[in-house]
Amino acid sequence: MTLKLPIYLDSAATTKIDPRVLEQMMPYLTEEYGNPASRSHSFGWTAEAAVEKARKQVADTVGCDEKEIIWTSGATESINLALKGAAQFYQEKGKHLITIKTEHKATLDTMRELERIGFEVTYLNPEENGLIDLNKLAAAIRSDTILLSVMFVNNEIGVIQDISAIGKLCREKGVIFHVDAAQAVGKVDVNLSEISVDLMSFSAHKVYGPKGVGALYIRRKPRVRLLPLIHGGGHERGFRSGTLPTHQIVGMGAAFELAKQEMPTELPRLRALRDKLLAGLQNMEEVYVNGDLEQRVAQNLNISFNYVEGESLMMAIKDIAVSSGSACTSASLEPSYVLRALGRNDELAHSSIRFSISRFTTEQEIDYTIKLLQDKVSKLRELSPLWEMYQDGIDVANFQWAEHGNQRDVILH
Amino acid sequence: MAYSNKVVEHYENPRNVGTLDKNDAHVGTGMVGAPACGDVMKLQIKVGDNGVIEDAKFKTYGCGSAIASSSLVTEWLKGKTLDEAQQIKNMDIAEELELPPVKIHCSVLAEDAIKAAIDDYKAKNK
Repeated sequence: MTLKLPIYLDSAATTKIDPRVLEQMMPYLTEEYGNPASRSHSFGWTAEAAVEKARKQVADTVGCDEKEIIWTSGATESINLALKGAAQFYQEKGKHLITIKTEHKATLDTMRELERIGFEVTYLNPEENGLIDLNKLAAAIRSDTILLSVMFVNNEIGVIQDISAIGKLCREKGVIFHVDAAQAVGKVDVNLSEISVDLMSFSAHKVYGPKGVGALYIRRKPRVRLLPLIHGGGHERGFRSGTLPTHQIVGMGAAFELAKQEMPTELPRLRALRDKLLAGLQNMEEVYVNGDLEQRVAQNLNISFNYVEGESLMMAIKDIAVSSGSACTSASLEPSYVLRALGRNDELAHSSIRFSISRFTTEQEIDYTIKLLQDKVSKLRELSPLWEMYQDGIDVANFQWAEHGNQRDVILH
Repeated sequence: MAYSNKVVEHYENPRNVGTLDKNDAHVGTGMVGAPACGDVMKLQIKVGDNGVIEDAKFKTYGCGSAIASSSLVTEWLKGKTLDEAQQIKNMDIAEELELPPVKIHCSVLAEDAIKAAIDDYKAKNK
């Protein structure tokens, strides 16, 4: 088989729709175009049946009742609805919320907005490996804490939080627990019947489904209540108005069902590929894995290549599609806030690459990636004054660099 | 980041990569930037007895436009007197490489590196 370039290793950003999923979606874009809310004819009934089948598929995948799933436009909307909806409904009980510094921006920016309208938010630091210390979390919970939000699997470093233990703690303390599970389905077991989670956000396009659709789990026993964000025709029991996109929902149901079916065979395959990639890259000096390697999904590898800047490395490896924690790839000119929260220094944060592999990744692609990285990292290190200093035995991290501020002054002229 | 062809060309074929003997009295070394900011440039010039720059070498840790900016200035410096070298401005570099606004700081760093190398040479040869 010939290798097709570029190679996609950015499945934590999004995934290709599985052809088996697309096939199930197609009829709802063509012949079966009814509005699922139309109760007076067969077009509507057919669409409604498809939506309810998908709801059951999603519920079965994550171990809840289908009445506990509502459709949204994606995980960002689910997170917004969960956090704003619960905070505003329960604000009489207290106005304190807790989250983690390494959460996705969908959570962090929603928390900022809640701060703006009068809530108080604690942003906890994770440990160096990206995991939460339960004692520190317990200590942060106050009598007026109403809500905690934690991601199941981190999008940058792939670490898996102990959702079961955190859920128990929240239940004991009477705190509503929201989990961002956008990166979890198909990667770890998600079984809501066994864990104490009140709200959970899902996305379809991270799991080989279509973009533009997600879901929110809202626990019924004990019941969790939310104020809606989007008002209108009262769809989704009033939690989220708006005509349901039948084809996307069908795609999400099919994608979730497939992900669960394939996990037992797929995870060992992905783990072997990831471990091969890791071993190949660790052949080089000064290579660091970011985040815990054990409590991590098989699909993710986040690595810093010390003394090489991330963006120039990305330019050198343009035959593979990956993400970098380098400032230069973001508009903010700040390196990855996730890696900074782990206590990684700026150099290592700037030098990080996230590889995220998928159902469609082949061993041949991994072999090509290892060779490409070995070549290009060596080439860039030949160009790097920091590598030269390191080779000369100079302690680069503690070297007295010129003040950052001076450079800024020059730019302003 | 969409780079100009000139940046890509310098990035893929950097000129004058290397190191001169920093203890040589004819060599001036400038190292500017900081790893924490994502850019470090080391620029070295070798100045002849007639005050003309005979050779220039660089090593750069940074993004594509930082590497291209330093590669370009090593080409420009050769054959210039120190006074002429002082006249190279960051906007000359930015214009030549068609740097986008967010990358202007790379050209500023290259200008700083030239000045630092000249200062080091002058300090050695007072």
